[in-house]
Amino acid sequence: MISMSAPDPHRLSSFPHRHLLGIEGLQPHEILGLLDRADEAVEVSRQVEKIKPVLRGRTQINLFFEASTRTQSSFELAGKRLGADVMNMAVSQSSVKKGETLIDTAATLNAMHPDLLVVRHHAAGAVHLLARKIGCSVVNAGDGPHEHPTQALLDALTIRRHKGKIARLTVAICGDITHSRVARSNIILLNALGARVRVIAPSTLLPSGIEKMGVEVFRDMREGLKGADIVMMLRLQRERMSGAFIPSVREYYRYYGLDRDKLSYAREDALVMHPGPMNRGVEIDPEVADGPQSLIREQVEMGVAVRMAVLEALAAHLPNS
Amino acid sequence: MAIDTPKPLVLSNARVIDPARGLDAPGSVIIADGTILAAGPEAANQGAPYGAEIIDCAGAVAGPGLIDMCVSVGEPGAEHRETFASASKAAASGGITTIVTMPETDPIIDDPALVDFILRRARDTAIVNVKPMAALTKGLEGRDMTEIGLLQEAGAVAFINGHKSVRNAQIMRRIMTYARDFNALVVHHTEDPDLAGGTMNAGLNASWKGLSGVPREAEIIMLERDLRLVGMAKSRYHANLISTSDSADVIRAGKKRGLDITAGVSINHLTQNENDIGPYRTFFKMSPPLRDEDDRQAMIAAVADGTIDIIVSNHDPQDVETKRHPWAEAEDGALGLETLLAAALRLYHAEQMDLMPLLATMTCNPADRLGLDAGRLSAGAPADVVVFDPDRPWVLEKSAIKSRSKNSPFEDARFSGRTLRTVVAGRTVYTYD
Repeated sequence: MISMSAPDPHRLSSFPHRHLLGIEGLQPHEILGLLDRADEAVEVSRQVEKIKPVLRGRTQINLFFEASTRTQSSFELAGKRLGADVMNMAVSQSSVKKGETLIDTAATLNAMHPDLLVVRHHAAGAVHLLARKIGCSVVNAGDGPHEHPTQALLDALTIRRHKGKIARLTVAICGDITHSRVARSNIILLNALGARVRVIAPSTLLPSGIEKMGVEVFRDMREGLKGADIVMMLRLQRERMSGAFIPSVREYYRYYGLDRDKLSYAREDALVMHPGPMNRGVEIDPEVADGPQSLIREQVEMGVAVRMAVLEALAAHLPNS
Repeated sequence: MAIDTPKPLVLSNARVIDPARGLDAPGSVIIADGTILAAGPEAANQGAPYGAEIIDCAGAVAGPGLIDMCVSVGEPGAEHRETFASASKAAASGGITTIVTMPETDPIIDDPALVDFILRRARDTAIVNVKPMAALTKGLEGRDMTEIGLLQEAGAVAFINGHKSVRNAQIMRRIMTYARDFNALVVHHTEDPDLAGGTMNAGLNASWKGLSGVPREAEIIMLERDLRLVGMAKSRYHANLISTSDSADVIRAGKKRGLDITAGVSINHLTQNENDIGPYRTFFKMSPPLRDEDDRQAMIAAVADGTIDIIVSNHDPQDVETKRHPWAEAEDGALGLETLLAAALRLYHAEQMDLMPLLATMTCNPADRLGLDAGRLSAGAPADVVVFDPDRPWVLEKSAIKSRSKNSPFEDARFSGRTLRTVVAGRTVYTYD
């Protein structure tokens, strides 16, 4: 007998890309396919036996030109749960300053025959450059202010598991949009899945042309939070600020810090997210960050699951798979 | 170059175009002793000088060799990127017979002895004419003016602060005022360095790419400032590379006010826009940055209506060490000598410009502005001539690039219009085979 409700056998193999360089270029069904896979990975991760060895014998290198605890350990754990040999390479700025170009690094790595390369770099486009010069699958773990696709995927997974859907939800992204790769990836992904996206920030932290990026723009936080289902806070990236973007942290906190009063303008069942690491008292009140509406800790769990899903999807394109 | 004088040369059966005289007619070009004897229909019946080599151009265009007013050569200091020898070979293959060099070398050309060095190196190694521009300020630092008089005597044809603006308006005003006493041409890269602060054209495209933008206003503001200073100083001024429609308006208004100003544009800004950057392709990274399509069209219109006087290649050889980096860390600069004419002919084929005014922007216009006797085919002018077929198709293959560096934004581009022969001072320095 053929069950009419049999799952589509092609669903899990419907990821046609060799690399994951960004959310841009992904079709909605491909994004949903990754989220479905990630749901399964959540189950695997909650078992006692957490290994699903689809990457056994494969080598994954985490190449981080920018320090990261959260993302790097998340990718490391994801690779290990899939049975891969995972190596972390932190490239200090000093070796870059010695004149070694990104391409030299790529050539060195190529000689080690990795299957999967996870890269974070401080410059937009650096991961694209590597992907063109290297023989294996490349995952973008954040390239400057450009994209951070796995963060957007884990945010979407977290939202979907709580709200049951993404479409037609109102998502407000608040904070330093200009310097945020998380914002860019989320704007693309949420739009692709039919959410209504708002951004809330002072004008100095909004990129040029923002009104054409598929979002509603608000400068007033209370106004922007009205009726929001999801409040997505961004880290105030003070280290990226080369000029005068805001006058002071306390003024920023007054107008754009998420506290209980501002949050009360959002829907009663609104959920609060933050990609981390948080600056408590700068963009978010500790009471809210650790309060009942916060999903911030859960986002970390979803991060591992999403990265397992991505690595597994890309593994289908590895030679001899 | 050899000291012996070349044989007389007759380029017959040509379509002779000499923008300086407004001439476009079938005829010949007769050359002897390194100068033009006659060019045009009248030359066709004069016979050939004794012992002349006679070349049948088969209807191809014979025009003045091109003068490229903005060329970076790696010599001195970065000979691995380009030398006078390699740059001049690249130029010759593109129909360029005079390159006007930028002073931002290592060391920077801010001293008469260095101008002299360039002229001697060029005489010994280059197959086209080399006319150096000298720095406007010492070390290009924007603080102290250079010895404009002595540099001019040494052979500097104009003064420029490289690809950077002189930030301080008071210093710029004094330089312009002093330069006027020597009738020196002040050439300026107009981009406010504080406002620029980015790596590609500001706007939606840069925002999606996560790149900091160079707003158009960075150029417009600096240009407006400069023209006000020109009004005070009454100096001769040339805006080296403009890229926005508003800049063209500023130049238009300045010319209307009677200022002694001219403007240039790079061939890249006439034939490419910011969308060509694609996935962070650094060969398209340049200063000013490639703008949007509206600005590109405005640049073409400004060349066509004479607001922009001069088209340059802005040739700037960069190698792997400087280009194979993430976008923000890669150097600016693109090759251009070999493709200047062919790319410019796209405007002709697109029926946006006629051949004669188009050629004027690369021949008599820069010659007049710089006070050179080249750039024309009148009797007695230097015999710098290009023969080209405006319709001959070809493709720029990386392996065929003559420049030492390979950073051409036109790699694999298809062109209609090919240089067939380049003649410098009566000597054939390039033939296409």
